[in-house]
Amino acid sequence: MGNNEQSAALPQPTGRPEVSRRDFLNEITLGALGIAGLGGAVLTYQYFSPNVLFEPSTTFRAGNPGLYPVNSVTFLQDQQVYIVRTASGFYAVSAVCTHLGCITQWKTEANMIACPCHGSKFQPDGKKIEGPAPRPLPHYAINLTADGELQVDKLQVIKADQILNV
Amino acid sequence: MATSILTALETLRTTRVWKSIFRRGPAITNRTRSVAVFGNLFLHWLPVKVREKSLRVRAAYYLGSLTLLLFIILVVTGVLLMFYYHPAAPKAYQDMKDLRFVVSNGVFLRNMHRVGAHLMVLLVFWHMFHVFYRGGYKPPHEFNWVVGVILLLLTLFLSYTGYLLPWDQLAFWAVTVGTNIISAMPLIGNKVRFVALGGHIVGENALLRFYVLHVVILPLLALLFIGVHFWRVQKDGGLTTGSKDDDGQN
Repeated sequence: MGNNEQSAALPQPTGRPEVSRRDFLNEITLGALGIAGLGGAVLTYQYFSPNVLFEPSTTFRAGNPGLYPVNSVTFLQDQQVYIVRTASGFYAVSAVCTHLGCITQWKTEANMIACPCHGSKFQPDGKKIEGPAPRPLPHYAINLTADGELQVDKLQVIKADQILNV
Repeated sequence: MATSILTALETLRTTRVWKSIFRRGPAITNRTRSVAVFGNLFLHWLPVKVREKSLRVRAAYYLGSLTLLLFIILVVTGVLLMFYYHPAAPKAYQDMKDLRFVVSNGVFLRNMHRVGAHLMVLLVFWHMFHVFYRGGYKPPHEFNWVVGVILLLLTLFLSYTGYLLPWDQLAFWAVTVGTNIISAMPLIGNKVRFVALGGHIVGENALLRFYVLHVVILPLLALLFIGVHFWRVQKDGGLTTGSKDDDGQN
């Protein structure tokens, strides 16, 4: 009981839990290591995301509109795009299957776009006939340059009903 | 002649050089033999004594040891292939062709690496099924089962990263399809794919990344977990042996 009397005599800070020097230093160290670790993870992620890429341009010229007959589907292999011309105009459809990224093929005799990898089938306007592809083939923005050539921008996906009249 | 060689070996074991390397004198008693195994880095995870039945072929078909042997073969042949291979497009494809048609014995090493890799995947699965059907995942082996699952994943990642390195059509499309599967992950899929490939398409960055993963990071991780795996087999009390073995004998 003598102990109690002694501690009662000492000035006690009220309302605050007591933190020992050891606990304080442990928490500070762990906190600093945590922050450093988090920062390291962020820096590593940034390091592994390239800022400059040497990849092919996503915008390309597809030549004079006169090259494409009315009611035709033309596969541009280098760009992996179909240029489709109907009676009402032009549109550009991606040739990359929406399932796992294989390059589809235009089957003239069957009038459809087919994927050799897993058998997905699409109409010439990109609409899905059968899977396993989850989505229709996207349409890319297509327009005319000042000197009258078709130009496609593969970064810009447009709605399927937007058709370029020439 | 034979006796003189044996005598020479006996004398060698008493020399100071032998003792300094193996830290022991001649292993004559059971105790000195055991101590020689405990005190050796390369032997210490082996059991000093084993049950006779766990050495029978049927107890394990040696599937784990055979997988380790294949891993060693793949490391040796892989390092040899690295002397001729540049992880750059289109040089990688030409180097692969050179290894097949120009380099002496290159086709042998390349095929050994390729067939060995296929066999290793097969053996890892076979080993896993065998352990599973014997109940080898049950206590006290649960931890080692998880280590084994990690090793299975590492083997598959090694196989997949190696698949891109020939830089042919098969490699390109396999990795295109595989990394598109990554991008199906919700929210972070496209970002993970971008970092894994180092770009939007399977190009030079992807080839280099897969190469570094294939020849440095994944083999080191595999080696670490293989060490833990073999060590834990002994620490958990050796191979799983049922009260009766497959052939009905104890």
